[in-house]
Amino acid sequence: MIQLKSLNKLAAIAAALSVAGAAQAADLTVISFGGTNQKAQVKAYYEPFMRSTGIKIIPGEYNGEQAKIKAMVEAGNVSWDVVELESPEMARGCEEGLYEKLDYSKIGNKKDFLPAAVNECGIGFFVWSTVLAYNADKLKQAPTSWSDFWDMKKFPGKRGMRKGAKFTLEFALMADGVAPADVYKVLATKAGVDRAFKKLDQIKPHIQWWEAGAQPPQLLAAGDVVMSSAYNGRIATAQKEGRNLKIVWTGNIYDVESYGIPKGAAKREEAYKFLATLVKPENQVVFSGEIPYGPTNVKANPQISAAIAAELPTSASNIKTAVASNTMFWVEHGEDLEQRFNAWAAR
Amino acid sequence: MSEPIAETAAVPLKRLLQRAERMKKLRYGALIAPLAVFLLLTFLWPIAALLLKSVDNPEVAAALPQTVHQLSGWPGKELPHEGAYAALVSDLSLGKGSKTLAEAAKRLNMEEPGLRSLLMNTARKLPLASDAGPRESLVAMDERWGELCTWQLIARNASQKTDYYLLAALDLTRDASGEISRGEQGDSVFTEIFGRTIWMSFVVTVYCLLLGFPLAYLLASLSKRSSNLLMVFVLLPFWTSILVRVAAWIVLLQQGGLINHVLIALGITDEPLQLVFNRVGVYVAMVHILLPFMVLPLYSVMKGISPTYMRAAMSLGCPPFKSFWKVYFPMTVPGIAAGGLLVFILSMGYYITPALLGSPKEQMVSYFVAFYTNETTNWGMAAALSALLLAATLLLYVVYNRLVGSATNGAPQR
Repeated sequence: MIQLKSLNKLAAIAAALSVAGAAQAADLTVISFGGTNQKAQVKAYYEPFMRSTGIKIIPGEYNGEQAKIKAMVEAGNVSWDVVELESPEMARGCEEGLYEKLDYSKIGNKKDFLPAAVNECGIGFFVWSTVLAYNADKLKQAPTSWSDFWDMKKFPGKRGMRKGAKFTLEFALMADGVAPADVYKVLATKAGVDRAFKKLDQIKPHIQWWEAGAQPPQLLAAGDVVMSSAYNGRIATAQKEGRNLKIVWTGNIYDVESYGIPKGAAKREEAYKFLATLVKPENQVVFSGEIPYGPTNVKANPQISAAIAAELPTSASNIKTAVASNTMFWVEHGEDLEQRFNAWAAR
Repeated sequence: MSEPIAETAAVPLKRLLQRAERMKKLRYGALIAPLAVFLLLTFLWPIAALLLKSVDNPEVAAALPQTVHQLSGWPGKELPHEGAYAALVSDLSLGKGSKTLAEAAKRLNMEEPGLRSLLMNTARKLPLASDAGPRESLVAMDERWGELCTWQLIARNASQKTDYYLLAALDLTRDASGEISRGEQGDSVFTEIFGRTIWMSFVVTVYCLLLGFPLAYLLASLSKRSSNLLMVFVLLPFWTSILVRVAAWIVLLQQGGLINHVLIALGITDEPLQLVFNRVGVYVAMVHILLPFMVLPLYSVMKGISPTYMRAAMSLGCPPFKSFWKVYFPMTVPGIAAGGLLVFILSMGYYITPALLGSPKEQMVSYFVAFYTNETTNWGMAAALSALLLAATLLLYVVYNRLVGSATNGAPQR
């Protein structure tokens, strides 16, 4: 049983190499974040796309590093045709000219989409959330909030968190008693950032950092950690596989995930056809059934069964105490805070 | 009469000789020219380009040319004149939505978080609606345009070269007035990281020497057949991919791994020990990977030491250990020097092994180079860290050469 964290890294390196090789072929190269999310995309989007257009999709994966895209765009040799993007990277890359400005007439009717899904350089295709997840076999008592995540006395055991400032700082502030609505207001001040890092100091020795979304369910299931921040969809998939993992929705942070086209991508027309496939309501219904991420096309909502709808980040009860990820905040402060986070983690 | 004859004969001869020498040198030069060109293009040029990137600062001057022009010669003691504001408005209107402006905004945001949106939002709101002067309108739009430090920051980045990255890589920063000072507590990490890199490389080198010396001695003193067989065991891992070896160490060292099982079975420990994702795991794997670099130079030096020296010393009444220490060991110093240097310099640049086997506390400088290259796409910072790592390695090499080089020259060669 190799520790999964490192295996994932090895796999990522291998994947990067294979992507570099595969991209030479003359098909549509679609880069996503991999894992169960990619599996759901294959079923909901890749397969219908390949059936209707006859274009073959070469899937690839990455961890959101913008350097690869920047290097490709600057060298004028873009081998990725469509890329899955988180909102801050998309907004930043859009300003810096890494992505094509989208022509929505080729994608669909803007009015059908959530306002947050419609962006200059990317079309949002699902709503995801980072939640507190725990292994119900290991904890006698159920945690209910981020304060419990910090409570080492009541809930002894290691914690898993994403190795990065984004969302980690927000969770720390919520654990410190900041109301979800005020998180970004506090975090915008120097004192607020200090407060978040001070709070993180309290549990730093107990944190096992993760990098890929597939890791938290593995860490939780293996008992390496008892609680972890995690993407809600990944936990739901692990539940389906019979793992006794639970989600605490209090204080979850949700965001829209998008696809964009790197500037100068060779297969622009085919890429647009792919984006149009992403926002079709019938495909989004299939996607939400595969992995419980919310649809961005409002027309998909009525077609989703009640059982699945309750698991989505967009359901009324789940969104009640949620925080919407503040894209502009992370565009502005991302580099600075990630740098500080890294310095803090290395100490 | 004999003198002029000698002179007339001597001059052409000397010239002929010189010409022959020159032809020879040209021929030699032509022979090594392809290699020199190859080295220049594939090795020296990329390094030079990389080092230059650490001081390169084209963004602001490219995006705000008129403003930069207006600010040249500005003393920076009070807010700039109206002309600078007008120039800024014109620059921002021209650059609206362009990549150059975004890059300048990103560059300024590195030094002062918040400036990205200040520049981008101001550009978005242009042209100015009111009839008031550009200064008044800009300050009304955002009060930061009325702050001295915003303008000082732009003026400081007007030139094409900057020391910002190199200073930041040393945990230093320039304050608003341009004086160099220590960076803020939360951000300063690199002096510690450089210290950690050097310390970990040193420890790895010492372990390699402690393990490699007896091994090399054994190899050198065994019969050819058995030493060849042992040599295969040294070289086999040397030819295996580093990734494979690192993965193998994870399997062996993890909580439920073989080594912990054996330790528990032997009753040495009750709880599984944490042997990986910490310093121990990184040291174990790095020593394993780098051991051949220590063993091979030591072996080649030891192979050349005739056993008669030791026999002579002992036959003259020197006790075994003393004769080893006084006679044999000094002759191995060139091997220790070469092996130590190889291992140390290779360790300084280690990235994959600490990244896979260590926690954030084991990461060395290369990790941060990768972080800035891949994750924040701050290539200036990555270049500055690489440049400093290169400088530190060269410096240590020079010091080392002074210390060990003199000792080596004194010792008998083989």
